[in-house]
Amino acid sequence: METLLANLLPNVDWPEIWQASLDTLSMLGGSLLFTVLLGLPLGVLLFLTGPRQMFEQKGFYALLSLLVNVLRSVPFVILLIVMIPFTVIITGTSLGVAGAIPPLVVGATPFFARLVETALREVDRGIIEATQAMGASTRQIITNALLPEALPGIFAAVTVTAITLVSYTAMSGLIGGGGLGDLAVRYGYQRYQPDVMVVTVVLLLVLVQVLQSVGDKLVVHFSRK
Amino acid sequence: MINFHQVHKAYRVAGQDIPALQPTDLHIARGEVFGIIGHSGAGKSTLLRLINRLEEPSGGRMQIDGEDVTALDASGLRRFRQQVGMIFQHFNLLSSKTVADNVALPLKLAGELSRRELEQRVAELLTRVGLSDHANKYPAQLSGGQKQRVGIARALATRPKILLCDEATSALDPQTTASVLQLLAEINRELNLTIVLITHEMDVIRRVCDRVAVMDAGVIVEQGTVAEVFLHPQHATTKRFVLEAEQIDENELHDDFAHVQGRILRLTFQGEATYAPLLGTVARETGVDYSILAGRIDRIKDTPYGQLTLALSGGDLDAALARFEAADVHLEVLR
Repeated sequence: METLLANLLPNVDWPEIWQASLDTLSMLGGSLLFTVLLGLPLGVLLFLTGPRQMFEQKGFYALLSLLVNVLRSVPFVILLIVMIPFTVIITGTSLGVAGAIPPLVVGATPFFARLVETALREVDRGIIEATQAMGASTRQIITNALLPEALPGIFAAVTVTAITLVSYTAMSGLIGGGGLGDLAVRYGYQRYQPDVMVVTVVLLLVLVQVLQSVGDKLVVHFSRK
Repeated sequence: MINFHQVHKAYRVAGQDIPALQPTDLHIARGEVFGIIGHSGAGKSTLLRLINRLEEPSGGRMQIDGEDVTALDASGLRRFRQQVGMIFQHFNLLSSKTVADNVALPLKLAGELSRRELEQRVAELLTRVGLSDHANKYPAQLSGGQKQRVGIARALATRPKILLCDEATSALDPQTTASVLQLLAEINRELNLTIVLITHEMDVIRRVCDRVAVMDAGVIVEQGTVAEVFLHPQHATTKRFVLEAEQIDENELHDDFAHVQGRILRLTFQGEATYAPLLGTVARETGVDYSILAGRIDRIKDTPYGQLTLALSGGDLDAALARFEAADVHLEVLR
Protein backbone atom coordinates (compact mmCIF):
# COMPACT_ATOMS: atom_id res chain seq x y z
CA MET A 1 0.00 0.00 0.00
CA GLU A 2 2.68 2.43 1.03
CA THR A 3 4.85 1.60 -1.97
CA LEU A 4 1.86 1.94 -4.24
CA LEU A 5 1.17 5.41 -2.87
CA ALA A 6 4.85 6.31 -3.17
CA ASN A 7 4.92 5.17 -6.81
CA LEU A 8 1.68 6.90 -7.70
CA LEU A 9 2.48 10.13 -5.87
CA PRO A 10 6.30 10.34 -5.95
CA ASN A 11 6.56 13.99 -4.95
CA VAL A 12 4.06 14.05 -2.14
CA ASP A 13 5.65 14.75 1.22
CA TRP A 14 2.91 13.64 3.63
CA PRO A 15 4.17 15.40 6.78
CA GLU A 16 4.24 18.60 4.74
CA ILE A 17 0.70 17.97 3.48
CA TRP A 18 -0.41 17.39 7.07
CA GLN A 19 1.19 20.62 8.22
CA ALA A 20 -0.39 22.51 5.31
CA SER A 21 -3.79 21.04 6.15
CA LEU A 22 -3.44 22.19 9.75
CA ASP A 23 -2.41 25.65 8.53
CA THR A 24 -5.43 25.86 6.25
CA LEU A 25 -7.74 24.79 9.06
CA SER A 26 -6.32 27.29 11.53
CA MET A 27 -6.41 30.11 8.96
CA LEU A 28 -9.99 29.19 8.18
CA GLY A 29 -11.02 28.86 11.84
CA GLY A 30 -9.29 32.06 12.95
CA SER A 31 -10.48 34.19 10.08
CA LEU A 32 -14.04 32.81 10.18
CA LEU A 33 -14.28 33.57 13.90
CA PHE A 34 -13.22 37.20 13.48
CA THR A 35 -15.27 37.59 10.30
CA VAL A 36 -18.42 36.54 12.16
CA LEU A 37 -17.56 38.65 15.22
CA LEU A 38 -17.10 41.77 13.10
CA GLY A 39 -19.48 41.03 10.24
CA LEU A 40 -22.56 40.17 12.31
CA PRO A 41 -22.80 43.58 14.05
CA LEU A 42 -21.91 45.29 10.76
CA GLY A 43 -24.69 43.37 8.99
CA VAL A 44 -27.17 44.28 11.75
CA LEU A 45 -26.10 47.94 11.46
CA LEU A 46 -26.53 47.85 7.67
CA PHE A 47 -29.97 46.34 8.12
CA LEU A 48 -31.19 48.74 10.82
CA THR A 49 -30.06 51.90 9.00
CA GLY A 50 -31.18 50.63 5.59
CA PRO A 51 -34.12 51.89 3.56
CA ARG A 52 -37.50 51.75 5.38
CA GLN A 53 -36.03 50.09 8.47
CA MET A 54 -36.21 50.92 12.17
CA PHE A 55 -33.34 53.42 12.16
CA GLU A 56 -33.33 54.56 8.58
CA GLN A 57 -30.29 56.86 8.16
CA LYS A 58 -29.88 57.63 4.49
CA GLY A 59 -26.46 59.32 4.73
CA PHE A 60 -24.93 56.86 7.17
CA TYR A 61 -26.22 53.85 5.26
CA ALA A 62 -24.89 55.23 1.96
CA LEU A 63 -21.45 55.75 3.51
CA LEU A 64 -21.34 52.32 5.15
CA SER A 65 -22.63 50.75 1.99
CA LEU A 66 -19.92 52.46 -0.05
CA LEU A 67 -17.20 51.29 2.34
CA VAL A 68 -18.45 47.72 2.12
CA ASN A 69 -18.64 47.87 -1.65
CA VAL A 70 -15.13 49.34 -1.96
CA LEU A 71 -13.70 46.53 0.16
CA ARG A 72 -15.64 43.96 -1.81
CA SER A 73 -14.46 45.26 -5.16
CA VAL A 74 -10.74 45.17 -4.29
CA PRO A 75 -9.37 41.88 -5.70
CA PHE A 76 -8.23 39.75 -2.78
CA VAL A 77 -4.72 39.37 -4.19
CA ILE A 78 -4.29 43.15 -4.05
CA LEU A 79 -5.84 43.36 -0.58
CA LEU A 80 -3.26 40.82 0.62
CA ILE A 81 -0.41 43.09 -0.40
CA VAL A 82 -1.99 46.40 0.60
CA MET A 83 -2.74 44.98 4.05
CA ILE A 84 0.87 43.95 4.85
CA PRO A 85 1.80 47.08 6.89
CA PHE A 86 -1.46 46.88 8.89
CA THR A 87 -1.02 43.17 9.44
CA VAL A 88 2.43 43.78 10.92
CA ILE A 89 0.93 46.34 13.31
CA ILE A 90 -1.85 43.97 14.41
CA THR A 91 -0.06 40.61 14.63
CA GLY A 92 3.61 41.56 14.60
CA THR A 93 4.25 39.57 11.44
CA SER A 94 2.99 39.43 7.88
CA LEU A 95 3.99 35.80 7.46
CA GLY A 96 2.45 32.45 8.28
CA VAL A 97 -1.02 31.73 9.61
CA ALA A 98 -1.04 34.81 11.87
CA GLY A 99 -0.05 37.05 8.96
CA ALA A 100 -2.77 35.66 6.74
CA ILE A 101 -5.70 36.12 9.13
CA PRO A 102 -6.06 39.94 9.07
CA PRO A 103 -6.33 40.23 5.26
CA LEU A 104 -8.69 37.23 5.21
CA VAL A 105 -10.92 38.91 7.81
CA VAL A 106 -10.87 42.26 5.99
CA GLY A 107 -11.64 40.49 2.72
CA ALA A 108 -14.51 38.37 4.06
CA THR A 109 -16.19 40.67 6.60
CA PRO A 110 -17.91 43.02 4.12
CA PHE A 111 -19.09 40.00 2.12
CA PHE A 112 -20.47 38.30 5.24
CA ALA A 113 -22.07 41.55 6.49
CA ARG A 114 -24.00 41.87 3.22
CA LEU A 115 -25.23 38.30 3.52
CA VAL A 116 -26.35 38.98 7.11
CA GLU A 117 -28.17 42.14 5.97
CA THR A 118 -30.00 40.12 3.31
CA ALA A 119 -30.90 37.38 5.82
CA LEU A 120 -32.32 39.98 8.23
CA ARG A 121 -34.38 41.58 5.47
CA GLU A 122 -36.03 38.21 4.92
CA VAL A 123 -37.54 38.39 8.43
CA ASP A 124 -41.25 39.18 8.21
CA ARG A 125 -41.80 42.86 9.07
CA GLY A 126 -44.95 41.84 10.91
CA ILE A 127 -42.84 39.96 13.46
CA ILE A 128 -40.80 43.08 14.16
CA GLU A 129 -44.01 45.08 14.48
CA ALA A 130 -45.50 42.50 16.85
CA THR A 131 -42.38 42.63 19.03
CA GLN A 132 -42.48 46.43 19.04
CA ALA A 133 -46.13 46.28 20.07
CA MET A 134 -45.11 44.17 23.10
CA GLY A 135 -42.99 47.07 24.29
CA ALA A 136 -39.61 45.61 23.33
CA SER A 137 -36.55 47.86 23.18
CA THR A 138 -34.46 47.88 20.02
CA ARG A 139 -31.89 45.64 21.65
CA GLN A 140 -34.61 43.19 22.70
CA ILE A 141 -36.05 43.20 19.19
CA ILE A 142 -32.63 42.31 17.76
CA THR A 143 -31.81 39.57 20.25
CA ASN A 144 -35.29 38.11 20.78
CA ALA A 145 -36.85 38.37 17.36
CA LEU A 146 -34.56 39.42 14.51
CA LEU A 147 -31.57 37.16 15.13
CA PRO A 148 -33.54 34.01 16.12
CA GLU A 149 -35.81 34.42 13.09
CA ALA A 150 -32.85 35.00 10.75
CA LEU A 151 -30.75 32.19 12.24
CA PRO A 152 -31.14 29.76 9.31
CA GLY A 153 -30.16 32.54 6.89
CA ILE A 154 -27.21 33.50 9.07
CA PHE A 155 -25.96 29.89 9.14
CA ALA A 156 -26.25 29.79 5.36
CA ALA A 157 -24.22 33.02 5.24
CA VAL A 158 -21.54 31.54 7.53
CA THR A 159 -21.32 28.46 5.28
CA VAL A 160 -20.90 30.49 2.08
CA THR A 161 -18.36 32.75 3.79
CA ALA A 162 -16.36 29.77 5.12
CA ILE A 163 -16.13 28.28 1.65
CA THR A 164 -15.09 31.63 0.18
CA LEU A 165 -12.41 31.83 2.89
CA VAL A 166 -11.07 28.40 1.86
CA SER A 167 -10.38 29.72 -1.62
CA TYR A 168 -8.95 32.95 -0.21
CA THR A 169 -6.48 30.97 1.94
CA ALA A 170 -5.06 29.45 -1.25
CA MET A 171 -4.06 32.95 -2.34
CA SER A 172 -2.42 33.79 0.94
CA GLY A 173 0.54 31.68 -0.20
CA LEU A 174 1.52 34.76 -2.19
CA ILE A 175 2.52 36.54 1.01
CA GLY A 176 3.89 33.41 2.65
CA GLY A 177 0.70 32.42 4.38
CA GLY A 178 1.11 28.68 3.93
CA GLY A 179 -1.66 26.10 3.76
CA LEU A 180 -2.92 23.64 1.16
CA GLY A 181 -3.58 26.20 -1.54
CA ASP A 182 -0.05 27.52 -1.19
CA LEU A 183 1.28 23.98 -1.56
CA ALA A 184 -0.75 23.45 -4.72
CA VAL A 185 0.65 26.64 -6.27
CA ARG A 186 4.29 26.15 -5.24
CA TYR A 187 4.72 22.43 -5.93
CA GLY A 188 1.96 21.66 -8.33
CA TYR A 189 2.13 24.72 -10.52
CA GLN A 190 5.57 26.25 -10.16
CA ARG A 191 7.56 22.98 -9.91
CA TYR A 192 5.20 21.07 -12.13
CA GLN A 193 4.42 18.26 -9.70
CA PRO A 194 0.82 17.42 -10.64
CA ASP A 195 0.55 14.69 -7.98
CA VAL A 196 0.97 17.29 -5.21
CA MET A 197 -1.60 19.50 -6.86
CA VAL A 198 -4.11 16.66 -7.14
CA VAL A 199 -3.69 15.67 -3.49
CA THR A 200 -4.11 19.22 -2.21
CA VAL A 201 -7.07 19.92 -4.46
CA VAL A 202 -8.76 16.71 -3.32
CA LEU A 203 -8.20 17.70 0.33
CA LEU A 204 -9.64 21.17 -0.33
CA LEU A 205 -12.61 19.59 -2.07
CA VAL A 206 -13.22 17.34 0.95
CA LEU A 207 -13.00 20.39 3.23
CA VAL A 208 -15.51 22.35 1.14
CA GLN A 209 -17.87 19.37 1.01
CA VAL A 210 -17.73 18.94 4.77
CA LEU A 211 -18.32 22.67 5.36
CA GLN A 212 -21.29 22.72 2.98
CA SER A 213 -23.00 19.67 4.42
CA VAL A 214 -22.48 20.75 8.03
CA GLY A 215 -23.80 24.20 7.09
CA ASP A 216 -26.83 22.73 5.34
CA LYS A 217 -27.59 20.56 8.36
CA LEU A 218 -27.47 23.57 10.67
CA VAL A 219 -29.75 25.56 8.36
CA VAL A 220 -32.29 22.74 8.30
CA HIS A 221 -32.00 22.22 12.05
CA PHE A 222 -32.85 25.85 12.79
CA SER A 223 -35.59 26.21 10.16
CA ARG A 224 -39.02 25.84 11.70
CA LYS A 225 -41.01 26.93 8.68
CA MET B 1 -60.66 54.57 28.16
CA ILE B 2 -59.42 55.79 24.78
CA ASN B 3 -59.87 59.45 23.90
CA PHE B 4 -58.60 61.02 20.70
CA HIS B 5 -58.75 64.78 20.28
CA GLN B 6 -58.24 66.01 16.74
CA VAL B 7 -55.65 63.32 16.07
CA HIS B 8 -54.40 63.26 12.51
CA LYS B 9 -51.73 61.52 10.49
CA ALA B 10 -50.05 62.25 7.19
CA TYR B 11 -47.32 60.24 5.52
CA ARG B 12 -44.51 62.03 3.80
CA VAL B 13 -44.01 60.50 0.38
CA ALA B 14 -41.57 62.06 -2.10
CA GLY B 15 -41.65 65.41 -0.31
CA GLN B 16 -45.44 65.55 -0.18
CA ASP B 17 -47.76 65.02 2.75
CA ILE B 18 -50.31 62.34 1.98
CA PRO B 19 -53.10 62.46 4.58
CA ALA B 20 -54.05 59.04 5.95
CA LEU B 21 -56.25 60.23 8.80
CA GLN B 22 -58.06 63.57 8.93
CA PRO B 23 -58.35 65.24 12.37
CA THR B 24 -60.45 62.76 14.31
CA ASP B 25 -62.16 62.64 17.69
CA LEU B 26 -62.72 59.19 19.08
CA HIS B 27 -64.06 58.00 22.42
CA ILE B 28 -64.02 54.37 23.40
CA ALA B 29 -65.40 53.33 26.77
CA ARG B 30 -63.82 50.82 29.15
CA GLY B 31 -64.91 47.25 28.54
CA GLU B 32 -66.53 47.87 25.20
CA VAL B 33 -65.86 46.11 21.93
CA PHE B 34 -65.38 48.87 19.40
CA GLY B 35 -65.26 48.06 15.70
CA ILE B 36 -63.78 50.17 12.95
CA ILE B 37 -64.89 49.19 9.48
CA GLY B 38 -63.66 50.50 6.15
CA HIS B 39 -62.30 49.42 2.81
CA SER B 40 -58.55 49.09 2.37
CA GLY B 41 -56.93 52.50 2.35
CA ALA B 42 -59.74 54.06 4.40
CA GLY B 43 -57.33 54.79 7.26
CA LYS B 44 -58.60 52.23 9.75
CA SER B 45 -55.24 50.52 10.08
CA THR B 46 -53.56 53.88 10.71
CA LEU B 47 -56.17 54.73 13.35
CA LEU B 48 -55.60 51.41 15.15
CA ARG B 49 -51.79 51.74 15.08
CA LEU B 50 -51.99 55.26 16.50
CA ILE B 51 -53.45 53.81 19.69
CA ASN B 52 -50.18 52.05 20.65
CA ARG B 53 -48.11 54.53 18.65
CA LEU B 54 -46.83 52.03 16.13
CA GLU B 55 -47.71 55.05 14.00
CA GLU B 56 -46.67 58.43 15.34
CA PRO B 57 -49.47 61.01 15.12
CA SER B 58 -48.79 64.14 13.04
CA GLY B 59 -50.84 66.13 15.54
CA GLY B 60 -53.62 66.01 18.11
CA ARG B 61 -53.77 64.51 21.57
CA MET B 62 -54.37 60.93 22.66
CA GLN B 63 -55.41 60.06 26.19
CA ILE B 64 -55.58 56.41 27.08
CA ASP B 65 -56.59 55.21 30.53
CA GLY B 66 -56.02 58.73 31.85
CA GLU B 67 -52.49 58.89 30.47
CA ASP B 68 -51.36 61.37 27.82
CA VAL B 69 -49.87 58.87 25.39
CA THR B 70 -48.71 61.55 22.95
CA ALA B 71 -46.29 62.86 25.59
CA LEU B 72 -44.63 59.53 26.49
CA ASP B 73 -40.87 59.16 26.01
CA ALA B 74 -39.28 55.96 24.68
CA SER B 75 -39.22 54.07 28.00
CA GLY B 76 -42.67 55.33 28.98
CA LEU B 77 -43.96 54.15 25.62
CA ARG B 78 -42.48 50.66 26.14
CA ARG B 79 -44.15 50.43 29.54
CA PHE B 80 -47.45 51.64 28.06
CA ARG B 81 -47.28 49.11 25.21
CA GLN B 82 -47.08 46.28 27.75
CA GLN B 83 -50.61 47.26 28.75
CA VAL B 84 -51.92 47.06 25.20
CA GLY B 85 -52.11 43.65 23.53
CA MET B 86 -52.27 43.32 19.77
CA ILE B 87 -53.20 40.54 17.35
CA PHE B 88 -52.66 40.55 13.61
CA GLN B 89 -54.16 39.32 10.35
CA HIS B 90 -51.12 37.16 9.62
CA PHE B 91 -50.59 36.26 13.30
CA ASN B 92 -46.94 37.42 13.29
CA LEU B 93 -45.76 34.57 15.49
CA LEU B 94 -42.04 33.88 15.71
CA SER B 95 -41.46 30.81 13.57
CA SER B 96 -38.26 30.00 15.48
CA LYS B 97 -40.01 29.70 18.84
CA THR B 98 -42.45 27.13 20.16
CA VAL B 99 -46.03 28.01 21.01
CA ALA B 100 -45.12 28.28 24.71
CA ASP B 101 -42.07 30.45 23.98
CA ASN B 102 -44.15 32.72 21.74
CA VAL B 103 -46.66 33.25 24.53
CA ALA B 104 -43.83 33.73 27.04
CA LEU B 105 -42.07 36.38 24.94
CA PRO B 106 -43.95 39.49 26.17
CA LEU B 107 -43.49 38.29 29.77
CA LYS B 108 -39.79 37.70 29.16
CA LEU B 109 -39.42 41.17 27.62
CA ALA B 110 -41.20 42.78 30.57
CA GLY B 111 -38.89 40.79 32.84
CA GLU B 112 -41.08 40.99 35.94
CA LEU B 113 -41.84 37.31 36.55
CA SER B 114 -39.64 34.56 37.90
CA ARG B 115 -39.08 31.55 35.68
CA ARG B 116 -41.66 29.51 37.57
CA GLU B 117 -44.31 32.24 37.59
CA LEU B 118 -43.72 32.69 33.89
CA GLU B 119 -44.22 29.01 33.11
CA GLN B 120 -47.36 28.96 35.21
CA ARG B 121 -48.79 32.01 33.46
CA VAL B 122 -48.04 30.53 30.02
CA ALA B 123 -49.76 27.26 30.96
CA GLU B 124 -52.78 29.21 32.23
CA LEU B 125 -53.00 31.23 29.00
CA LEU B 126 -52.69 28.19 26.75
CA THR B 127 -55.47 26.49 28.70
CA ARG B 128 -57.62 29.60 28.28
CA VAL B 129 -57.31 29.50 24.48
CA GLY B 130 -57.57 25.69 24.36
CA LEU B 131 -54.04 24.92 23.19
CA SER B 132 -52.45 23.20 26.22
CA ASP B 133 -51.64 20.16 24.10
CA HIS B 134 -49.70 22.21 21.57
CA ALA B 135 -47.28 24.02 23.89
CA ASN B 136 -44.16 22.49 22.37
CA LYS B 137 -45.17 22.70 18.73
CA TYR B 138 -43.86 25.31 16.32
CA PRO B 139 -46.27 27.74 14.63
CA ALA B 140 -45.72 26.06 11.23
CA GLN B 141 -47.35 22.91 12.66
CA LEU B 142 -50.60 24.73 13.56
CA SER B 143 -53.72 25.65 11.58
CA GLY B 144 -54.66 29.29 10.99
CA GLY B 145 -57.23 29.30 13.78
CA GLN B 146 -54.76 27.76 16.23
CA LYS B 147 -52.13 30.33 15.26
CA GLN B 148 -54.55 33.15 16.00
CA ARG B 149 -55.33 31.56 19.37
CA VAL B 150 -51.60 31.59 20.13
CA GLY B 151 -51.63 35.25 19.02
CA ILE B 152 -54.47 35.96 21.46
CA ALA B 153 -52.73 34.13 24.32
CA ARG B 154 -49.55 36.09 23.59
CA ALA B 155 -51.46 39.39 23.47
CA LEU B 156 -53.08 38.67 26.85
CA ALA B 157 -49.86 37.53 28.56
CA THR B 158 -49.07 40.82 30.30
CA ARG B 159 -52.71 41.28 31.43
CA PRO B 160 -53.33 44.28 29.15
CA LYS B 161 -56.28 46.65 29.56
CA ILE B 162 -56.76 47.04 25.83
CA LEU B 163 -56.62 44.52 22.98
CA LEU B 164 -56.09 45.78 19.44
CA CYS B 165 -57.18 43.45 16.64
CA ASP B 166 -55.80 44.17 13.19
CA GLU B 167 -58.04 42.27 10.72
CA ALA B 168 -57.61 39.34 13.09
CA THR B 169 -60.03 37.05 11.25
CA SER B 170 -59.49 38.14 7.66
CA ALA B 171 -57.12 35.26 6.88
CA LEU B 172 -59.44 32.64 8.41
CA ASP B 173 -62.30 30.56 6.99
CA PRO B 174 -65.86 31.38 8.16
CA GLN B 175 -66.05 28.61 10.75
CA THR B 176 -62.69 29.47 12.30
CA THR B 177 -63.62 33.15 12.19
CA ALA B 178 -66.72 32.39 14.24
CA SER B 179 -64.76 30.50 16.90
CA VAL B 180 -62.07 33.18 17.17
CA LEU B 181 -64.75 35.90 17.47
CA GLN B 182 -66.46 33.86 20.15
CA LEU B 183 -63.18 33.64 22.06
CA LEU B 184 -62.75 37.42 21.79
CA ALA B 185 -66.30 37.96 23.09
CA GLU B 186 -65.64 35.63 26.06
CA ILE B 187 -62.39 37.40 26.90
CA ASN B 188 -64.13 40.76 26.70
CA ARG B 189 -66.76 39.58 29.18
CA GLU B 190 -64.47 37.72 31.58
CA LEU B 191 -61.66 40.23 31.80
CA ASN B 192 -63.64 43.41 31.12
CA LEU B 193 -61.04 44.02 28.45
CA THR B 194 -61.53 46.91 26.05
CA ILE B 195 -61.26 45.59 22.49
CA VAL B 196 -60.70 47.71 19.40
CA LEU B 197 -60.90 45.81 16.15
CA ILE B 198 -60.64 46.78 12.53
CA THR B 199 -62.20 44.79 9.72
CA HIS B 200 -63.69 45.12 6.28
CA GLU B 201 -66.45 42.64 7.09
CA MET B 202 -69.74 43.89 8.53
CA ASP B 203 -70.41 40.38 9.76
CA VAL B 204 -67.48 40.62 12.21
CA ILE B 205 -68.90 43.88 13.53
CA ARG B 206 -72.39 42.39 13.85
CA ARG B 207 -71.17 39.37 15.81
CA VAL B 208 -68.98 40.94 18.51
CA CYS B 209 -69.02 44.73 18.55
CA ASP B 210 -70.97 47.05 20.81
CA ARG B 211 -70.25 50.18 18.82
CA VAL B 212 -68.88 50.78 15.37
CA ALA B 213 -67.22 53.57 13.41
CA VAL B 214 -67.36 53.54 9.62
CA MET B 215 -64.34 55.02 7.87
CA ASP B 216 -63.91 56.33 4.38
CA ALA B 217 -60.96 58.28 2.96
CA GLY B 218 -59.39 59.00 6.37
CA VAL B 219 -62.62 60.22 7.96
CA ILE B 220 -65.08 58.56 10.36
CA VAL B 221 -68.25 59.05 8.35
CA GLU B 222 -70.65 57.43 10.78
CA GLN B 223 -70.54 55.92 14.25
CA GLY B 224 -72.92 54.64 16.88
CA THR B 225 -74.20 51.43 18.38
CA VAL B 226 -74.01 48.50 16.00
CA ALA B 227 -77.82 48.20 15.93
CA GLU B 228 -78.24 51.88 15.02
CA VAL B 229 -75.63 51.82 12.30
CA PHE B 230 -76.56 48.39 11.02
CA LEU B 231 -80.31 48.88 10.89
CA HIS B 232 -80.46 52.55 9.92
CA PRO B 233 -77.34 53.30 7.91
CA GLN B 234 -77.06 56.94 6.82
CA HIS B 235 -73.84 57.27 4.86
CA ALA B 236 -73.38 55.72 1.42
CA THR B 237 -70.32 53.74 2.56
CA THR B 238 -72.23 52.28 5.50
CA LYS B 239 -75.16 51.34 3.28
CA ARG B 240 -72.79 49.48 0.98
CA PHE B 241 -71.31 47.53 3.89
CA VAL B 242 -74.77 46.60 5.16
CA LEU B 243 -75.83 45.41 1.72
CA GLU B 244 -72.66 43.34 1.43
CA ALA B 245 -73.34 41.77 4.81
CA GLU B 246 -76.91 40.89 3.85
CA GLN B 247 -75.70 39.64 0.50
CA ILE B 248 -78.16 41.81 -1.33
CA ASP B 249 -77.27 42.63 -4.89
CA GLU B 250 -77.23 46.39 -5.30
CA ASN B 251 -79.44 46.06 -8.39
CA GLU B 252 -82.23 44.51 -6.35
CA LEU B 253 -82.30 47.66 -4.30
CA HIS B 254 -83.58 49.62 -7.26
CA ASP B 255 -86.65 47.42 -7.39
CA ASP B 256 -89.28 49.90 -6.15
CA PHE B 257 -91.94 47.21 -6.08
CA ALA B 258 -93.81 49.15 -8.79
CA HIS B 259 -95.96 46.13 -9.61
CA VAL B 260 -97.01 45.67 -5.96
CA GLN B 261 -100.37 47.04 -4.87
CA GLY B 262 -100.97 49.05 -1.68
CA ARG B 263 -98.78 50.82 0.88
CA ILE B 264 -95.19 49.72 1.34
CA LEU B 265 -93.49 50.01 4.69
CA ARG B 266 -90.41 48.75 6.47
CA LEU B 267 -90.57 47.55 10.06
CA THR B 268 -87.49 47.12 12.20
CA PHE B 269 -87.76 45.05 15.37
CA GLN B 270 -85.15 44.77 18.07
CA GLY B 271 -84.85 42.67 21.20
CA GLU B 272 -87.96 40.95 22.54
CA ALA B 273 -90.19 42.73 20.00
CA THR B 274 -88.63 40.50 17.35
CA TYR B 275 -90.56 37.54 18.74
CA ALA B 276 -93.90 39.33 19.35
CA PRO B 277 -96.74 38.20 17.04
CA LEU B 278 -97.33 41.79 15.87
CA LEU B 279 -98.17 41.27 12.18
CA GLY B 280 -100.93 38.75 12.78
CA THR B 281 -102.47 40.80 15.59
CA VAL B 282 -102.57 44.00 13.54
CA ALA B 283 -103.93 42.18 10.50
CA ARG B 284 -106.74 40.63 12.53
CA GLU B 285 -107.69 43.83 14.36
CA THR B 286 -107.66 46.18 11.37
CA GLY B 287 -108.58 43.83 8.56
CA VAL B 288 -105.54 44.68 6.40
CA ASP B 289 -103.81 42.08 4.30
CA TYR B 290 -100.06 42.00 4.27
CA SER B 291 -97.45 40.37 2.12
CA ILE B 292 -93.76 40.21 2.98
CA LEU B 293 -91.61 41.60 0.15
CA ALA B 294 -88.22 41.28 1.78
CA GLY B 295 -86.94 40.47 5.22
CA ARG B 296 -84.28 39.20 7.53
CA ILE B 297 -84.27 37.99 11.09
CA ASP B 298 -80.90 37.64 12.78
CA ARG B 299 -78.79 38.71 15.75
CA ILE B 300 -76.54 41.65 16.47
CA LYS B 301 -74.13 40.39 19.11
CA ASP B 302 -76.68 38.96 21.59
CA THR B 303 -79.68 41.03 20.52
CA PRO B 304 -82.18 39.55 18.09
CA TYR B 305 -83.51 41.85 15.39
CA GLY B 306 -85.79 41.67 12.39
CA GLN B 307 -86.29 43.90 9.42
CA LEU B 308 -89.28 43.33 7.14
CA THR B 309 -90.51 45.15 4.06
CA LEU B 310 -94.30 44.76 3.80
CA ALA B 311 -97.06 45.64 1.37
CA LEU B 312 -100.40 46.44 3.05
CA SER B 313 -103.76 46.50 1.29
CA GLY B 314 -107.50 46.44 2.18
CA GLY B 315 -108.98 47.03 5.64
CA ASP B 316 -108.32 50.08 7.80
CA LEU B 317 -104.81 51.15 6.64
CA ASP B 318 -104.56 54.20 8.89
CA ALA B 319 -105.47 52.19 11.96
CA ALA B 320 -102.85 49.60 11.02
CA LEU B 321 -100.16 52.25 10.66
CA ALA B 322 -101.16 53.74 14.00
CA ARG B 323 -100.91 50.31 15.62
CA PHE B 324 -97.42 49.82 14.21
CA GLU B 325 -96.41 53.30 15.38
CA ALA B 326 -97.60 52.50 18.88
CA ALA B 327 -95.83 49.14 18.98
CA ASP B 328 -92.19 48.67 19.96
CA VAL B 329 -90.93 48.79 16.36
CA HIS B 330 -89.29 51.28 14.07
CA LEU B 331 -91.58 52.19 11.17
CA GLU B 332 -90.65 53.67 7.82
CA VAL B 333 -93.32 54.27 5.19
CA LEU B 334 -91.66 53.73 1.85
CA ARG B 335 -94.70 54.42 -0.31
